[in-house]
Amino acid sequence: MFAFILRRLAQAVIVMVSVAFIAFMLFQYVGDPVVFLLGQDATADQVRELRAELGLDQPFFVQFWHFLANAVQGEFGLSLRQGAKVSRLIAERFPATLELSMVAAVLALVAGIPMGVYAALRRGTFMSQVFMTVSLLGVSLPTFLIGILLILLFAVTLGWFPSFGRGDVTQLGWWSTGLLTPKGWHHITLPAITLAIFQLTLIMRLVRSEMLEVLRTDYIKFARARGLTNRAVHFGHALKNTLVPVMTITGLQLGGLIAFAIITETVFQWPGMGLLFIQAVTFADIPVMAAYLCLIALIFVVINLIVDLLYFAVDPRLRVEKAGGH
Amino acid sequence: MKLPLAVLFAAMAFGAGAAHAKTFKWTSASDIPTWDIHSQNNALANGVHASVYESLVYYNSRTFKPEPMLATSWTQVSPTQLRVTLRTGVKFHDGSPFTADDAVFSLERAMSKTSNFTVYTQGVTKVVKVNPNTIDIISGGPNPVLVNQLTELRMMSKAWAEKNNSTAPKDIKTQDENFAHRNANGTGPFVLKEWQPDQKIVLVKNPNWWGKAEGNVTEIVYTPVRAVATRMAALLSGEVDFVLDPSPQDLPRIRQDGNLRVIDGVENRTIFFGMDQFRDELPGSNVKGKNPLKDQRVRKALYQAIDINAITRVSLRGLGQATGAIVAPQVAGWNESVHQRYPFDVAAAQKLLADAGYKDGFEVDFACPNNRYINDEAICQAVTAMWARVGVKAKLRTLPLSTYFPMIQRFEASIYMLGWGVPTFDALYSLQSLVRTLGTGGDGNYNVGRYSNPKLDAVIDRAKTETDPYIRPRLLTEALAMQNEDVAHIPLHNQIIPWAMKKNIDVVHRADNRLDWRLIKVN
Repeated sequence: MFAFILRRLAQAVIVMVSVAFIAFMLFQYVGDPVVFLLGQDATADQVRELRAELGLDQPFFVQFWHFLANAVQGEFGLSLRQGAKVSRLIAERFPATLELSMVAAVLALVAGIPMGVYAALRRGTFMSQVFMTVSLLGVSLPTFLIGILLILLFAVTLGWFPSFGRGDVTQLGWWSTGLLTPKGWHHITLPAITLAIFQLTLIMRLVRSEMLEVLRTDYIKFARARGLTNRAVHFGHALKNTLVPVMTITGLQLGGLIAFAIITETVFQWPGMGLLFIQAVTFADIPVMAAYLCLIALIFVVINLIVDLLYFAVDPRLRVEKAGGH
Repeated sequence: MKLPLAVLFAAMAFGAGAAHAKTFKWTSASDIPTWDIHSQNNALANGVHASVYESLVYYNSRTFKPEPMLATSWTQVSPTQLRVTLRTGVKFHDGSPFTADDAVFSLERAMSKTSNFTVYTQGVTKVVKVNPNTIDIISGGPNPVLVNQLTELRMMSKAWAEKNNSTAPKDIKTQDENFAHRNANGTGPFVLKEWQPDQKIVLVKNPNWWGKAEGNVTEIVYTPVRAVATRMAALLSGEVDFVLDPSPQDLPRIRQDGNLRVIDGVENRTIFFGMDQFRDELPGSNVKGKNPLKDQRVRKALYQAIDINAITRVSLRGLGQATGAIVAPQVAGWNESVHQRYPFDVAAAQKLLADAGYKDGFEVDFACPNNRYINDEAICQAVTAMWARVGVKAKLRTLPLSTYFPMIQRFEASIYMLGWGVPTFDALYSLQSLVRTLGTGGDGNYNVGRYSNPKLDAVIDRAKTETDPYIRPRLLTEALAMQNEDVAHIPLHNQIIPWAMKKNIDVVHRADNRLDWRLIKVN
């Protein structure tokens, strides 16, 4: 077990360094922040001086080494655009992204699982056909389009929900939350739906096909033969076994939700990390971009690690195999 | 925000208690980078800062002549000494009086090493306090645009900055933020109440302001919204009153909407093409051993091949005013005759090319930004097609601004698009940066085609020190005419900036694309 974790951690470190390296390499092509910092009237000397001060004139590997050395200590330098510590900026934005992702994930699960179960049990009925068709749209429509359509319908035409922003936030220590005020919930509704739709349809389709699969297995036949009620068969036996792969996928998708919140955040001006990243890209704000990518990579790595460990815990065969090795 | 409670309470009481509390909610794509007034020379921020921090003089929003703000008068004691009399009885938001010490401190702060406003203090060697309400601004040589430069130099309280450790402007070398980055204390008509970066700025009316506002706004709320569709949706749904940068394709709809309206104004920014006139052979061209763009006839042919009316009508959807000059009409030195374009004439263009020895045209590299100016990419695509008609095969590549500008500054483009605004409202600013041979002290710093004409340089250099109000405009006009004659650049249009708002909002459209906070009315 211990060796297993160590091996995983070593792999995680390699992944992180590679991500940092690739990200850093890409940044050589995003443009020159000095142009933005000095404006249109800077002289060539001023540009040269600033480049030297920022260390941008040093060779690639020297810059990368400095970056790594600082990143290990959680230090990503100063944002070129906002002049504040990157760690501070990200810490300010992280709660917004996490809340949005969590609400979206819960929404996807709460709506997706029942819809999937329904579509599997009542296969061929009108409603399940509707679910399947809508889910096809959800999988194929790009997020920004869904967001814009929701804004058009619910903000502009009906005026039920606000089109942008986070509403009122409450400060709990360093954590800012919008979930304690009605206005905050009002604001999170449309972005959360937008972000959840893809996951929701994915979960629904997954639950449906898993459920259909499970319903064909022998132990369900036995359960029926034992004269159990439909309810006990469907929800007590079938659904439980259906949920194992669903949990795995959901766990992995959680990283995706956080990472791909970029688009939703941009459409709804949601003040999270994704919006910070997009703004950093337009400004060629390298420290912010680097920190963001590394953080996202870290989130993925950690989630993967947890899932691996869960497999280890859940799947008895893995443990048996290990035990047999001794 | 650390303001004396009295001011804040007074301001809030005014906001909440007054019978006609008026909130003005507006939006545009990005937030201001900082509240430190000398830290970053950012167009949007300069305009927003002006609500809280005032300068000695400011452009009148209707006439665009410098008018007194914190200075009541100024006289040129000698060609290098400007004596400025300060307004008395003015108080900062924290209640302390505005004096010559603050003025000297603020100007010196703008001149300091970490300031990004040295472009506006250019030529100033020192600032001297004469008495509590008079200062002298001493320049190294005659500076005809000094008063114009003062419009962008805002005043901060010396005592406040010293108390809060903010005497030097914040820059990227400063570890983390300084106090003045998030807090503000000026003399202006509005008080900064709250700033959440990238989310919200709340300004409330300053009840103790020295001036008299024409407008009736008691609170200003700014919420940046990056996605243009969301920005427009916020206006349509009534969540904001005003959009500074609406999307061009939505304008027809807004113009027709009974509850909304659009105000158009010519921005003080001219879009033009520059051409590499330095290399002996253009990279990416099929002409070897010589540079066709060095030939005035070729440049003129490219000019005359452009159907500018088609561009302003179709590519720009009306958001451009065709021009033959490289400066907009508000700028000193501009007149009707330099504004005249060479006519669009395909036959003439073909003849010019044939005369120059390029009967069958040539291939040339052509670069444009795709997210900087209004419909920049569409314009360049249209021009590529127009040039193809006279045989010039322009190989267009479009880049986002963050890579485009460094690229042209490395002189890598053969033909490039550039837009140039003139904060001093004086043509010297453009002539010196764009036309003057590359040199020191800002000469030719954006002449990235490296055009050089000694005769034109001589006129520009004279204008730099000429302060005579009769001779100076003539020099500027002469230089603009010479640039046209030589086709140093191909002017296209002055951008027309539309502002979209609710019907009940009254604002004055300023050529520098800023709101004048004192003039906003919510009816």
